[in-house]
Amino acid sequence: MTSSALSVEDLRVSIGEQEILRGVDIALAPGRVHGLAGESGSGKTMTGLAALGLLPHGSRTAGRVTLGGRNLLDLPQRELNKVRGREIAMVFQDPATSLHPMLTIGRQLTEHMRHHLGLGRAEARARAIDLLGQVRIPGPAAAVDRYPHQFSGGMRQRVAIAIALACGPKVLIADEPTTALDVTVQAGVLRLLRGLCDDLGLAVLLVTHDLGVMSAVADDVSVMKDGLVVETGPRGRVLREPDHPYTRALLDALPREPSAARPGVIPGTPPVEGFDALPKEGS
Amino acid sequence: MRPHSGIRVLSRLPEAWRQPLAVVGGVVAVAWLLIAAAAPLLAPHDPLAQDLPRLASPGPGHWFGTDQLGRDILSRIMYGARVSIPLTLLLVVLSLLIGGALGACAGYFGRWVGEGIMRLADLVFAFPTVILAMVVAAALGASLTNAVLAVLIVAWPSYARVTRGLVLGMREREFVLSGRLLGFSAWRSLRVDVLPNVTGPILVLATLDIGTALLLLSGLSFLGLGAKPPSAEWGAMVASGVEVFDSWWVATFPGLAILTVVLAFNFLGDTLRDALDPRTARAIKERAL
Repeated sequence: MTSSALSVEDLRVSIGEQEILRGVDIALAPGRVHGLAGESGSGKTMTGLAALGLLPHGSRTAGRVTLGGRNLLDLPQRELNKVRGREIAMVFQDPATSLHPMLTIGRQLTEHMRHHLGLGRAEARARAIDLLGQVRIPGPAAAVDRYPHQFSGGMRQRVAIAIALACGPKVLIADEPTTALDVTVQAGVLRLLRGLCDDLGLAVLLVTHDLGVMSAVADDVSVMKDGLVVETGPRGRVLREPDHPYTRALLDALPREPSAARPGVIPGTPPVEGFDALPKEGS
Repeated sequence: MRPHSGIRVLSRLPEAWRQPLAVVGGVVAVAWLLIAAAAPLLAPHDPLAQDLPRLASPGPGHWFGTDQLGRDILSRIMYGARVSIPLTLLLVVLSLLIGGALGACAGYFGRWVGEGIMRLADLVFAFPTVILAMVVAAALGASLTNAVLAVLIVAWPSYARVTRGLVLGMREREFVLSGRLLGFSAWRSLRVDVLPNVTGPILVLATLDIGTALLLLSGLSFLGLGAKPPSAEWGAMVASGVEVFDSWWVATFPGLAILTVVLAFNFLGDTLRDALDPRTARAIKERAL
C-alpha cells in the first residue's frame, strides 16, 4: 500500500532467546480504523509500542516501521521525540493511570502543544478548550482547570484522546482504549474515535481483544497469534468468512445468544510469561 | 497504592495534625526555631563571656547554672541552637538532594549508572554509621564543617535507596510512559512526571532523619571531632559537662536540648507519615469520629 500513513513491515522483536514478534506486517491508511485482535501475549501491545519506537531494554529488533518516509526504529532519540506526540500518538487502556494525577487537564493538554508546535500560553489554552469540546467534555472552559480525579472514567479517556490528538498527529495507536470502561461508556468512546478518524483523516490502530468492539468500528482487521499476524483483511470478510482456523476459533469462542454451551478453549499459550510488562526506556 | 494527589494529601493533613504528639512536636520544634532565630535578644548573657562565678548551680541570674569557665549555660544553649539546628537542617536538605538525585538517576536510567550508584550506597551501608562518620571526620580533621561533611557522607545512601525504589515503581506507570510517547525528553519525564509523585515518602524520611542527623552531629562534637571550643555547640557542651560530673547542670541542660529537638522532629516525621499514608490517615479519622 503506497498511501499508508504508517506501515509496519516484517517487524521482529526478541528479548534474549524469546522471539516476541516474528515478522509482523500491518499498514494503516488515513481515515481508516485498523483493528488488531488476538489473545493476551500474542504481541498486540508490543506491536503498538514498537510502532512508536518504544521497545524494551535489551531487545533486538529487525524490520521497518515507516512513518512519513522515515524508519522509526532507526531514528536517534532526539528525532524520535520530535515525531512522538506530533505525528503519532497513543491512548492507553486505563485512563485512571495514564493521566498525571497532580497536573491539571489543561497543563497536560497544553504542555506538548507548546513544546512541539511552539504555541504561546493563551493560544495553547484556547486550543485545549477547543479540543475538550471536540471530545465532548461538557463545560470545556471550566474543565481545563480540573484534575484527572475529578472526572469519570469515560471522561478521562476522552481527555486522554484529546491529549493524544492535541498536536494533530496522523496516526493514533489506541491500546485497548475501552477495556477499562463499562459498556455504555465504551460505545461513546468508540463513536468518538470513529468520528475523529473520519473527520480528521486519522489512521487508527485499535488494539483490542474484544471482537465486539472490533466489529463496531474497525474497517480492517488483523488477527495476531504468537507474534505473527495470521490473518488480515477488511472487517466484513475476516469476521464473516475467516480463512485462518485461529480466527474461526476466536469467533466461535464469542458467547452468542443465551445458550448453555460453554465457549470452546483455544489450544496454545502465549510465548513468554509476564509478557505484558511495559517496556523500559533508557537515556 | 495510587500516586498521591496534592489535593488529597492536603485534605488529610488536618486529622493527623490534631494528634497530641503532633501538636507537642510542632510546638517544641517551632519554639526551638524561634529561640535559634532570636537568641541574641533572648539570651541573658554573652555566651562566651566568662564573667560569672564558676560552676554556679542553677539560680537567679543564671537559671541553668554556669560552666567551669563561668559562662551562662542558658545563654550558651540558646546560641547553640543557632549552630546545631541550622546545620542539621542544612545537612538533611543536602543529603536529601544528593541522595535523592543519585537515587532518582539510578532508578530511572537503571543499567550500569544505577548499579554503580547503588553499590556505592551499599558500601556506605556496610559500615556502622557512627564509626564511619568518626573515621571520615577524623581523616578530614576536627572541625564543624568536616563533621557536617562526614554526616553527609553516611546519610545520603538511605535517601538514594528509598528514592530509587519509588522511582522504579513510578517509572512503569502509564502516565510516565505516556509522557515519553508525547515526545518529551527523559529528563523532563523524570522531573515532571516521576519526582513530584515520589516526594511524599522522601520528605517523611527527611523529617525523621533530622533527629538522627542532630544526634550524629552532636555526637561527633561530643567526641571532639566537631565544634571546637569556645563555640557553643550542644555536643561539645555535654562533653565538657562530663569533666565536671558533680555539677550535673553543665551536661544535663544541653543534653535536654538535644533530646527535645530530636523528639520534636521525630513526632513531626511520624505525623507527616501518618498524614501521607492513606491507611493510617483513615484509622485516625475513624478514631476521631
